[in-house]
Amino acid sequence: MIGSLAQPILFLVALGYGFGSVFQKAGQGNYIEFLAPGIIGMAIIFSSIFSGMEIIWDRQFGFLKETLVAPVSRFSIMLGRTFGGATVATAQGAIVFLVSLIAGFRPVNWFLMPVLLVVMFLVALLFTALGTMIASRLDDMQGFQLIVNFLVMPLFFLSGALFPLDNLPKAIDVVIHIDPLSYGVDAFRFLLIGTSHFGFATDVFALLAFTLIFLALGSYSFSKIQI
Amino acid sequence: MNIIEVKNLVKKFGDFTAVDDISFDVEKGQIFAFLGPNGAGKSTTIKMLTTLLKPTSGSIILDGFNPTENPNEVRESFGIVFQDPSLDDELTAYENMEFHGVLYRVEKKVRRERIKQLLEFVELWDRKDSLVKEFSGGMKRRLEIARGLLHHPKVLFLDEPTIGLDPQTRNHMWKYLQDLNKSEGITVFFTTHYMEEAERVAGKIAIIDHGRIIASGTAKELKENTKTDSLEDAFLSLTGKVIREEESTGADRMRVHHKMWRR
Repeated sequence: MIGSLAQPILFLVALGYGFGSVFQKAGQGNYIEFLAPGIIGMAIIFSSIFSGMEIIWDRQFGFLKETLVAPVSRFSIMLGRTFGGATVATAQGAIVFLVSLIAGFRPVNWFLMPVLLVVMFLVALLFTALGTMIASRLDDMQGFQLIVNFLVMPLFFLSGALFPLDNLPKAIDVVIHIDPLSYGVDAFRFLLIGTSHFGFATDVFALLAFTLIFLALGSYSFSKIQI
Repeated sequence: MNIIEVKNLVKKFGDFTAVDDISFDVEKGQIFAFLGPNGAGKSTTIKMLTTLLKPTSGSIILDGFNPTENPNEVRESFGIVFQDPSLDDELTAYENMEFHGVLYRVEKKVRRERIKQLLEFVELWDRKDSLVKEFSGGMKRRLEIARGLLHHPKVLFLDEPTIGLDPQTRNHMWKYLQDLNKSEGITVFFTTHYMEEAERVAGKIAIIDHGRIIASGTAKELKENTKTDSLEDAFLSLTGKVIREEESTGADRMRVHHKMWRR
């Protein structure tokens, strides 16, 4: 858990301080403030997709196999695993938030923090379910690198976690609209610094819709797992 | 009475036929050895019997139920010890047992008593509060056997249960299993590469090769039919001496890496 936090913290410090003055000169304000919600999103997406994808080895060597031969419905196993993974990912997001406080970040309204926690959990649930869905269809680790490079990285970099979403080329703008993380990061930004690109209601609606879709597809794929 | 009845069972993976039209029965209370060279179809058959894999065609009846149609009824009637450990390393021995009991809905009072009895039986009661990751391979195997028995299964499946165990642990383990077989009448279905082990404990043996059952009977019958002195020789005369080239599966490749991957 400590190891997987190093990367987001490095991003926060290196990019936050590194690009800080450029960002300020461009008239966009404090970059650490802008970046912190994005890095929270980063910690959550990595942690939750990986925990979903642990199924790949877990069904061969791990405890999952024990649960697959137990007289319990596949749906409840999948749901239990997904909620567990999402809880860990939320905790990681919360830790990154605490670290960003040390880096000088201050949320505009502390009373919104419980809401932030709920939205973080929703985002975590969404990506754990996505990880589960993919992992249920892969049968070894070969595909894993592929998923990281062609799915997780683009989801993160094209989500507006690192840059503002205004005045982007059309193609990028389209991708950003179908990237679920965009709505997650945007919602975090609304709750933390009070600015939003899509509007908070749209964010929450999009996140809920994506989560339900991935949970449904994820549990379907999971129920079809054969070893 | 037969507790397992398999008829014309076939499993294909693409063009490759892993299990090719096999039929066999296992009597209730029997110790049944399922032998064969690597890649012969042993594990695939066990997976189909234990609801982890769907057959391409053919029928299986386990304790009166079909694993494809009534997976949950079948799941309640067997216990299994996998080739690779499937314990939760971060939990204690007792917690692993407890979790299994809850999954199989064993009533709390019965569960507590049974866990104590089984952990004493496999001589792990004094280590019940130790984390499983501190256990040796043999201790894990014993714990898995205890766990597999917790819900009073009628059949216990063991996929190469003694691989990597020293002769002391192996003998000990078979003593438990034979005792259980006698006292509770539990059917034991196991695979192994140790022929002398099969010869010693199994009441009936089936040999599978290239997905087909090529011989079955008691160890004595197999030796008589092949005019050999030991089961090992009988096995070799039936399956030939050619070493099997088995393509590594995703699982084999991962077996190498999963320790690194694990946090």
